[in-house]
Amino acid sequence: MCVGVPGKILEIEENEAIVDFEGTKQKVRVDLIDNVEEGDYILNHVGHAIEVLPEKEAKERLKLFREYLDSLEE
Amino acid sequence: MDKEKLADKFSKKIKEITPSREVRAIHICGTHEQAITQYGLRSLLPDNFDLTMGPGCPVCVTPAREVDEAIELAKQGVTIATFGDMLNVPGSEESLSDARSEGADVRVVYSINEALKIAKDVEELVFFGIGFETTAPTNAAILKSNPPENFYILSSHRLIPPAMELLVDMDVNFDGFIAPGHVSTIIGKEPYEVFANKYDVPTIITGFEPLDILFGVLKFFEQIDSGETKVENAYERAVRDKGNQKAQKMMTEVFEVFDAKWRGIGEIPNSGLKLSDEFREFDARENFEIELGESRDIHPGCKCHLILTARGTPEDCGLFGDECTPQDPHGPCMVSDEGECNIWFRYGRRPKMDI
Ligand code: SF4
Repeated sequence: MCVGVPGKILEIEENEAIVDFEGTKQKVRVDLIDNVEEGDYILNHVGHAIEVLPEKEAKERLKLFREYLDSLEE
Repeated sequence: MDKEKLADKFSKKIKEITPSREVRAIHICGTHEQAITQYGLRSLLPDNFDLTMGPGCPVCVTPAREVDEAIELAKQGVTIATFGDMLNVPGSEESLSDARSEGADVRVVYSINEALKIAKDVEELVFFGIGFETTAPTNAAILKSNPPENFYILSSHRLIPPAMELLVDMDVNFDGFIAPGHVSTIIGKEPYEVFANKYDVPTIITGFEPLDILFGVLKFFEQIDSGETKVENAYERAVRDKGNQKAQKMMTEVFEVFDAKWRGIGEIPNSGLKLSDEFREFDARENFEIELGESRDIHPGCKCHLILTARGTPEDCGLFGDECTPQDPHGPCMVSDEGECNIWFRYGRRPKMDI
Protein backbone atom coordinates (compact mmCIF):
# COMPACT_ATOMS: atom_id res chain seq x y z
CA MET A 1 0.00 0.00 0.00
CA CYS A 2 2.92 2.31 0.48
CA VAL A 3 4.63 1.38 -2.73
CA GLY A 4 5.58 4.36 -4.84
CA VAL A 5 6.60 4.03 -8.45
CA PRO A 6 8.59 6.68 -10.36
CA GLY A 7 7.47 7.72 -13.83
CA LYS A 8 7.88 10.58 -16.32
CA ILE A 9 5.06 12.96 -17.18
CA LEU A 10 4.31 13.06 -20.89
CA GLU A 11 1.20 15.23 -20.89
CA ILE A 12 -0.92 17.09 -18.39
CA GLU A 13 -4.56 17.97 -18.74
CA GLU A 14 -6.11 19.73 -15.75
CA ASN A 15 -5.61 17.41 -12.77
CA GLU A 16 -4.66 14.35 -14.76
CA ALA A 17 -1.35 13.42 -16.38
CA ILE A 18 -0.27 10.70 -18.77
CA VAL A 19 2.79 9.16 -17.18
CA ASP A 20 5.36 6.85 -18.71
CA PHE A 21 6.46 4.05 -16.38
CA GLU A 22 9.36 2.54 -18.29
CA GLY A 23 7.28 2.07 -21.41
CA THR A 24 3.85 1.57 -19.85
CA LYS A 25 1.59 4.59 -20.05
CA GLN A 26 -0.90 5.28 -17.33
CA LYS A 27 -3.12 8.12 -16.15
CA VAL A 28 -2.14 9.65 -12.84
CA ARG A 29 -3.85 12.43 -10.91
CA VAL A 30 -1.72 15.39 -9.97
CA ASP A 31 -4.01 17.14 -7.43
CA LEU A 32 -1.53 16.56 -4.63
CA ILE A 33 1.45 18.38 -6.13
CA ASP A 34 1.98 21.96 -7.27
CA ASN A 35 3.95 23.33 -10.21
CA VAL A 36 4.30 20.05 -11.98
CA GLU A 37 5.28 20.15 -15.65
CA GLU A 38 5.56 17.88 -18.63
CA GLY A 39 8.91 16.09 -18.49
CA ASP A 40 8.98 15.99 -14.69
CA TYR A 41 9.55 12.72 -12.88
CA ILE A 42 6.94 11.94 -10.28
CA LEU A 43 6.38 9.34 -7.59
CA ASN A 44 3.06 7.58 -8.18
CA HIS A 45 1.11 6.08 -5.31
CA VAL A 46 -2.20 4.34 -6.09
CA GLY A 47 -2.90 6.54 -9.10
CA HIS A 48 -1.82 9.85 -7.58
CA ALA A 49 1.49 11.67 -7.93
CA ILE A 50 2.69 12.34 -4.38
CA GLU A 51 6.03 14.05 -5.09
CA VAL A 52 8.23 15.37 -7.88
CA LEU A 53 11.52 13.50 -8.08
CA PRO A 54 14.90 14.83 -9.19
CA GLU A 55 15.83 13.82 -12.71
CA LYS A 56 18.54 11.25 -13.55
CA GLU A 57 17.85 9.91 -10.14
CA ALA A 58 19.26 6.40 -10.47
CA LYS A 59 22.78 7.33 -11.57
CA GLU A 60 22.99 10.25 -9.19
CA ARG A 61 21.99 8.06 -6.31
CA LEU A 62 24.75 5.54 -6.91
CA LYS A 63 27.24 8.40 -7.20
CA LEU A 64 26.03 9.89 -3.91
CA PHE A 65 26.28 6.54 -2.13
CA ARG A 66 29.77 6.00 -3.53
CA GLU A 67 30.89 9.45 -2.42
CA TYR A 68 29.39 8.95 0.99
CA LEU A 69 31.12 5.61 1.50
CA ASP A 70 34.41 7.08 0.25
CA SER A 71 34.11 9.98 2.67
CA LEU A 72 33.99 7.48 5.53
CA GLU A 73 37.32 6.01 4.45
CA GLU A 74 39.18 9.26 4.97
CA MET B 1 31.30 0.43 -8.87
CA ASP B 2 28.20 -1.63 -9.34
CA LYS B 3 25.35 -2.05 -6.91
CA GLU B 4 26.57 -5.31 -5.47
CA LYS B 5 29.95 -3.85 -4.63
CA LEU B 6 28.29 -0.85 -3.03
CA ALA B 7 26.13 -3.20 -1.00
CA ASP B 8 29.23 -5.06 0.21
CA LYS B 9 30.84 -1.80 1.13
CA PHE B 10 27.78 -0.71 3.10
CA SER B 11 27.78 -4.07 4.82
CA LYS B 12 31.45 -3.73 5.77
CA LYS B 13 31.00 -0.20 7.11
CA ILE B 14 27.96 -1.21 9.14
CA LYS B 15 29.81 -4.16 10.67
CA GLU B 16 32.81 -1.99 11.51
CA ILE B 17 30.80 0.27 13.77
CA THR B 18 28.34 -2.26 15.21
CA PRO B 19 28.77 -2.60 18.97
CA SER B 20 29.24 -6.08 20.38
CA ARG B 21 25.90 -6.07 22.24
CA GLU B 22 22.59 -7.09 20.68
CA VAL B 23 21.10 -4.23 18.65
CA ARG B 24 17.58 -3.96 17.34
CA ALA B 25 15.80 -1.63 14.93
CA ILE B 26 12.15 -1.67 13.96
CA HIS B 27 10.87 -0.70 10.53
CA ILE B 28 7.22 0.14 9.96
CA CYS B 29 6.56 -0.78 6.38
CA GLY B 30 5.62 -3.92 4.49
CA THR B 31 7.46 -2.57 1.47
CA HIS B 32 10.65 -2.43 3.53
CA GLU B 33 10.10 -6.01 4.71
CA GLN B 34 9.51 -7.09 1.14
CA ALA B 35 12.84 -5.60 -0.05
CA ILE B 36 14.77 -6.82 3.01
CA THR B 37 13.49 -10.36 2.57
CA GLN B 38 13.48 -10.54 -1.21
CA TYR B 39 17.06 -9.34 -1.50
CA GLY B 40 18.28 -11.22 1.55
CA LEU B 41 19.56 -8.02 3.12
CA ARG B 42 19.65 -9.58 6.58
CA SER B 43 22.55 -11.72 5.40
CA LEU B 44 24.54 -8.52 4.80
CA LEU B 45 23.82 -7.18 8.28
CA PRO B 46 25.61 -8.08 11.53
CA ASP B 47 24.53 -11.29 13.28
CA ASN B 48 23.83 -9.44 16.52
CA PHE B 49 21.52 -6.99 14.74
CA ASP B 50 17.81 -7.66 14.55
CA LEU B 51 15.86 -5.65 11.97
CA THR B 52 12.23 -6.45 12.52
CA MET B 53 8.86 -5.31 11.22
CA GLY B 54 6.33 -3.36 13.25
CA PRO B 55 2.75 -2.32 12.45
CA GLY B 56 3.48 -1.37 8.84
CA CYS B 57 0.82 -3.27 6.96
CA PRO B 58 -2.41 -1.29 6.50
CA VAL B 59 -4.42 -4.31 5.47
CA CYS B 60 -3.22 -6.23 8.53
CA VAL B 61 -4.09 -3.53 11.05
CA THR B 62 -7.61 -2.87 9.76
CA PRO B 63 -9.88 -4.26 12.52
CA ALA B 64 -12.09 -7.22 11.66
CA ARG B 65 -15.05 -5.03 12.58
CA GLU B 66 -14.32 -2.67 9.70
CA VAL B 67 -13.97 -5.58 7.27
CA ASP B 68 -17.34 -6.77 8.64
CA GLU B 69 -18.81 -3.34 7.88
CA ALA B 70 -17.75 -3.62 4.25
CA ILE B 71 -19.13 -7.16 4.04
CA GLU B 72 -22.43 -6.06 5.57
CA LEU B 73 -22.74 -3.22 3.05
CA ALA B 74 -21.95 -5.58 0.19
CA LYS B 75 -24.67 -7.92 1.43
CA GLN B 76 -27.13 -5.04 1.44
CA GLY B 77 -26.56 -4.77 -2.31
CA VAL B 78 -24.16 -1.83 -2.32
CA THR B 79 -21.21 -2.13 -4.70
CA ILE B 80 -17.94 -2.22 -2.78
CA ALA B 81 -14.63 -1.26 -4.38
CA THR B 82 -11.33 -1.84 -2.61
CA PHE B 83 -7.70 -2.80 -3.06
CA GLY B 84 -7.01 -6.43 -3.99
CA ASP B 85 -5.35 -7.22 -0.68
CA MET B 86 -8.54 -6.45 1.24
CA LEU B 87 -10.53 -9.09 -0.59
CA ASN B 88 -9.23 -12.15 1.23
CA VAL B 89 -8.66 -10.63 4.65
CA PRO B 90 -10.71 -12.55 7.15
CA GLY B 91 -13.30 -10.45 8.95
CA SER B 92 -14.85 -11.88 12.10
CA GLU B 93 -16.41 -14.79 10.21
CA GLU B 94 -15.82 -14.36 6.51
CA SER B 95 -14.07 -12.22 3.92
CA LEU B 96 -15.22 -9.88 1.16
CA SER B 97 -14.27 -12.55 -1.29
CA ASP B 98 -16.65 -14.98 0.46
CA ALA B 99 -19.38 -12.37 0.18
CA ARG B 100 -18.57 -12.00 -3.50
CA SER B 101 -18.88 -15.70 -4.14
CA GLU B 102 -22.30 -15.51 -2.55
CA GLY B 103 -23.29 -12.91 -5.11
CA ALA B 104 -22.29 -9.57 -3.58
CA ASP B 105 -20.84 -6.97 -5.95
CA VAL B 106 -17.25 -6.50 -4.77
CA ARG B 107 -14.76 -4.94 -7.18
CA VAL B 108 -11.00 -4.81 -6.95
CA VAL B 109 -9.45 -1.51 -7.91
CA TYR B 110 -5.91 -0.25 -8.07
CA SER B 111 -6.87 3.29 -7.08
CA ILE B 112 -9.79 5.37 -5.86
CA ASN B 113 -9.89 6.89 -9.36
CA GLU B 114 -11.04 3.55 -10.74
CA ALA B 115 -13.70 3.30 -8.05
CA LEU B 116 -14.96 6.68 -9.17
CA LYS B 117 -15.42 5.36 -12.71
CA ILE B 118 -17.33 2.31 -11.49
CA ALA B 119 -19.72 4.63 -9.65
CA LYS B 120 -21.05 5.77 -13.03
CA ASP B 121 -22.43 2.31 -13.73
CA VAL B 122 -23.87 1.28 -10.40
CA GLU B 123 -26.51 2.56 -8.01
CA GLU B 124 -24.38 3.12 -4.94
CA LEU B 125 -20.65 2.71 -4.64
CA VAL B 126 -18.67 2.49 -1.42
CA PHE B 127 -14.92 2.69 -1.62
CA PHE B 128 -13.37 0.85 1.33
CA GLY B 129 -10.45 3.21 1.89
CA ILE B 130 -7.62 1.80 3.91
CA GLY B 131 -3.99 2.86 4.16
CA PHE B 132 -1.64 5.18 6.00
CA GLU B 133 -0.67 8.79 5.36
CA THR B 134 0.46 7.91 1.84
CA THR B 135 -3.01 6.81 0.77
CA ALA B 136 -5.31 9.07 2.79
CA PRO B 137 -4.50 12.23 0.77
CA THR B 138 -5.45 10.48 -2.49
CA ASN B 139 -8.93 9.94 -1.06
CA ALA B 140 -9.03 13.49 0.24
CA ALA B 141 -8.19 14.80 -3.23
CA ILE B 142 -11.09 12.90 -4.76
CA LEU B 143 -13.59 14.10 -2.16
CA LYS B 144 -12.47 17.65 -2.80
CA SER B 145 -13.14 17.41 -6.52
CA ASN B 146 -16.89 16.90 -6.50
CA PRO B 147 -17.42 13.16 -6.66
CA PRO B 148 -20.83 11.90 -7.79
CA GLU B 149 -23.65 11.72 -5.24
CA ASN B 150 -23.73 7.94 -5.17
CA PHE B 151 -20.06 7.73 -4.13
CA TYR B 152 -19.18 7.01 -0.50
CA ILE B 153 -16.10 6.18 1.48
CA LEU B 154 -15.80 3.64 4.27
CA SER B 155 -12.72 5.17 5.82
CA SER B 156 -10.24 2.95 7.66
CA HIS B 157 -7.12 5.08 7.49
CA ARG B 158 -4.51 4.83 10.18
CA LEU B 159 -1.56 7.04 11.10
CA ILE B 160 1.99 5.80 11.56
CA PRO B 161 3.64 8.02 14.21
CA PRO B 162 1.05 7.20 16.93
CA ALA B 163 1.66 3.49 16.29
CA MET B 164 5.41 4.07 16.62
CA GLU B 165 4.72 5.81 19.90
CA LEU B 166 2.78 2.77 21.07
CA LEU B 167 5.85 0.61 20.48
CA VAL B 168 7.91 2.96 22.62
CA ASP B 169 5.27 2.88 25.37
CA MET B 170 4.91 -0.88 25.16
CA ASP B 171 8.48 -1.36 26.15
CA VAL B 172 9.29 -3.49 23.16
CA ASN B 173 13.05 -3.52 23.47
CA PHE B 174 14.69 -1.73 20.55
CA ASP B 175 17.28 0.89 19.66
CA GLY B 176 15.83 2.80 16.75
CA PHE B 177 13.33 3.24 13.95
CA ILE B 178 13.76 2.83 10.22
CA ALA B 179 10.89 5.13 9.24
CA PRO B 180 8.77 4.46 6.13
CA GLY B 181 9.87 6.47 3.10
CA HIS B 182 6.59 7.13 1.36
CA VAL B 183 4.60 7.93 4.48
CA SER B 184 7.41 10.42 5.10
CA THR B 185 7.02 11.85 1.59
CA ILE B 186 3.68 13.12 2.85
CA ILE B 187 4.37 13.94 6.51
CA GLY B 188 8.04 15.00 6.35
CA LYS B 189 10.47 14.87 9.27
CA GLU B 190 8.68 16.84 11.95
CA PRO B 191 6.22 14.19 13.25
CA TYR B 192 9.18 11.94 14.12
CA GLU B 193 11.08 14.56 16.16
CA VAL B 194 9.37 13.36 19.32
CA PHE B 195 11.16 10.02 19.03
CA ALA B 196 14.60 11.59 18.95
CA ASN B 197 13.92 14.42 21.39
CA LYS B 198 11.60 12.88 23.95
CA TYR B 199 12.38 9.17 23.77
CA ASP B 200 15.99 9.24 22.60
CA VAL B 201 15.26 6.82 19.75
CA PRO B 202 17.27 7.29 16.52
CA THR B 203 14.87 7.57 13.59
CA ILE B 204 15.99 7.28 9.97
CA ILE B 205 13.65 8.00 7.06
CA THR B 206 14.60 5.34 4.56
CA GLY B 207 13.84 4.53 0.91
CA PHE B 208 12.98 1.18 -0.60
CA GLU B 209 15.76 0.09 -2.92
CA PRO B 210 18.14 -2.39 -1.31
CA LEU B 211 20.92 0.22 -1.26
CA ASP B 212 18.56 2.80 0.27
CA ILE B 213 17.85 0.40 3.09
CA LEU B 214 21.53 -0.35 3.70
CA PHE B 215 22.17 3.41 3.69
CA GLY B 216 19.40 3.92 6.28
CA VAL B 217 20.81 1.13 8.45
CA LEU B 218 24.32 2.63 8.21
CA LYS B 219 22.91 6.00 9.33
CA PHE B 220 21.22 4.24 12.24
CA PHE B 221 24.48 2.59 13.34
CA GLU B 222 26.34 5.89 13.00
CA GLN B 223 23.94 7.33 15.57
CA ILE B 224 24.36 4.31 17.86
CA ASP B 225 28.11 4.69 17.50
CA SER B 226 28.24 8.44 18.17
CA GLY B 227 25.55 8.43 20.84
CA GLU B 228 23.86 11.37 19.14
CA THR B 229 20.15 10.80 18.56
CA LYS B 230 18.25 12.59 15.81
CA VAL B 231 15.78 12.24 12.97
CA GLU B 232 17.65 11.80 9.73
CA ASN B 233 16.38 11.79 6.19
CA ALA B 234 18.19 9.10 4.22
CA TYR B 235 15.65 9.32 1.38
CA GLU B 236 16.14 12.90 0.29
CA ARG B 237 15.15 12.38 -3.32
CA ALA B 238 11.53 11.68 -2.35
CA VAL B 239 11.17 13.29 1.07
CA ARG B 240 11.29 17.04 1.72
CA ASP B 241 11.83 18.08 5.34
CA LYS B 242 8.34 19.51 5.59
CA GLY B 243 6.79 16.71 3.53
CA ASN B 244 4.11 17.36 0.94
CA GLN B 245 2.26 20.27 2.49
CA LYS B 246 -0.44 20.38 -0.12
CA ALA B 247 -1.31 16.75 0.59
CA GLN B 248 -1.20 17.39 4.35
CA LYS B 249 -3.58 20.30 3.96
CA MET B 250 -6.06 18.25 1.94
CA MET B 251 -5.88 15.50 4.52
CA THR B 252 -6.67 17.85 7.41
CA GLU B 253 -9.49 19.49 5.47
CA VAL B 254 -11.23 16.23 4.71
CA PHE B 255 -10.42 14.10 7.74
CA GLU B 256 -10.48 14.37 11.49
CA VAL B 257 -8.09 12.51 13.75
CA PHE B 258 -9.63 10.11 16.29
CA ASP B 259 -8.61 7.34 18.70
CA ALA B 260 -8.73 4.30 16.43
CA LYS B 261 -8.52 0.59 17.00
CA TRP B 262 -5.81 -1.49 15.33
CA ARG B 263 -6.47 -5.13 14.62
CA GLY B 264 -5.49 -7.27 17.59
CA ILE B 265 -3.55 -4.38 19.10
CA GLY B 266 -6.34 -2.24 20.52
CA GLU B 267 -7.00 1.46 20.59
CA ILE B 268 -4.16 3.90 19.90
CA PRO B 269 -4.77 7.57 20.73
CA ASN B 270 -5.04 9.91 17.72
CA SER B 271 -4.17 7.15 15.29
CA GLY B 272 -7.06 7.09 12.83
CA LEU B 273 -8.76 9.34 10.31
CA LYS B 274 -12.50 9.73 9.91
CA LEU B 275 -14.33 12.02 7.52
CA SER B 276 -15.00 15.44 8.98
CA ASP B 277 -18.55 16.77 9.30
CA GLU B 278 -18.19 18.80 6.15
CA PHE B 279 -17.79 15.60 4.14
CA ARG B 280 -20.34 13.45 5.95
CA GLU B 281 -22.51 13.21 2.84
CA PHE B 282 -19.77 10.90 1.49
CA ASP B 283 -19.34 8.92 4.69
CA ALA B 284 -20.69 5.40 4.28
CA ARG B 285 -21.13 5.10 8.05
CA GLU B 286 -23.41 8.15 8.09
CA ASN B 287 -25.49 7.15 5.09
CA PHE B 288 -26.13 3.43 5.55
CA GLU B 289 -27.42 1.38 8.43
CA ILE B 290 -24.68 -1.04 9.35
CA GLU B 291 -25.60 -3.45 12.12
CA LEU B 292 -22.98 -5.83 13.34
CA GLY B 293 -22.63 -8.47 16.02
CA GLU B 294 -19.53 -9.20 18.05
CA SER B 295 -16.32 -9.00 16.11
CA ARG B 296 -13.24 -11.17 16.35
CA ASP B 297 -9.82 -9.83 15.39
CA ILE B 298 -7.62 -12.80 16.16
CA HIS B 299 -8.45 -16.25 14.99
CA PRO B 300 -7.30 -19.18 17.15
CA GLY B 301 -3.56 -19.69 17.00
CA CYS B 302 -2.82 -16.59 14.93
CA LYS B 303 0.06 -14.46 16.17
CA CYS B 304 -0.44 -11.52 13.81
CA HIS B 305 -0.94 -9.03 16.63
CA LEU B 306 2.42 -10.01 18.13
CA ILE B 307 4.14 -9.85 14.76
CA LEU B 308 2.67 -6.40 14.07
CA THR B 309 4.03 -5.07 17.34
CA ALA B 310 7.52 -6.51 16.76
CA ARG B 311 7.04 -9.00 19.60
CA GLY B 312 7.23 -12.02 17.32
CA THR B 313 8.00 -13.24 13.82
CA PRO B 314 6.08 -15.63 11.58
CA GLU B 315 8.36 -18.39 12.84
CA ASP B 316 6.77 -18.00 16.28
CA CYS B 317 3.42 -19.07 14.85
CA GLY B 318 2.67 -22.77 14.86
CA LEU B 319 0.33 -22.40 11.88
CA PHE B 320 2.84 -20.61 9.63
CA GLY B 321 3.39 -22.34 6.33
CA ASP B 322 1.48 -25.49 7.28
CA GLU B 323 -2.07 -24.64 8.14
CA CYS B 324 -1.77 -20.99 7.20
CA THR B 325 -0.72 -20.20 3.64
CA PRO B 326 -1.62 -17.44 1.16
CA GLN B 327 -4.14 -19.87 -0.36
CA ASP B 328 -5.73 -20.54 3.02
CA PRO B 329 -4.87 -17.58 5.24
CA HIS B 330 -5.80 -17.67 8.93
CA GLY B 331 -4.77 -14.11 9.65
CA PRO B 332 -4.34 -10.83 7.78
CA CYS B 333 -0.52 -11.03 7.88
CA MET B 334 -0.69 -13.99 5.49
CA VAL B 335 -3.09 -12.27 3.09
CA SER B 336 -1.51 -8.99 2.25
CA ASP B 337 1.54 -8.53 0.05
CA GLU B 338 2.71 -6.31 2.85
CA GLY B 339 2.10 -8.80 5.63
CA GLU B 340 5.20 -10.34 7.15
CA CYS B 341 3.81 -13.89 7.05
CA ASN B 342 2.96 -13.56 3.38
CA ILE B 343 6.39 -12.12 2.55
CA TRP B 344 8.29 -14.76 4.49
CA PHE B 345 6.15 -17.47 2.94
CA ARG B 346 6.92 -16.21 -0.57
CA TYR B 347 10.63 -15.60 -0.19
CA GLY B 348 11.68 -17.64 2.82
CA ARG B 349 14.60 -16.09 4.62
CA ARG B 350 17.05 -17.21 1.98
CA PRO B 351 19.36 -14.52 0.71
CA LYS B 352 18.97 -13.76 -2.95
CA MET B 353 21.97 -11.70 -3.91
CA ASP B 354 20.81 -9.91 -7.00
CA ILE B 355 20.73 -6.34 -5.87
S1 SF4 C 1 1.10 -17.52 9.87
FE1 SF4 C 1 -1.11 -17.13 9.65
S2 SF4 C 1 -1.98 -17.69 11.59
FE2 SF4 C 1 0.21 -17.42 11.92
S3 SF4 C 1 0.49 -15.30 12.51
FE3 SF4 C 1 0.73 -15.36 10.33
S4 SF4 C 1 -1.30 -14.92 9.55
FE4 SF4 C 1 -1.58 -15.49 11.69
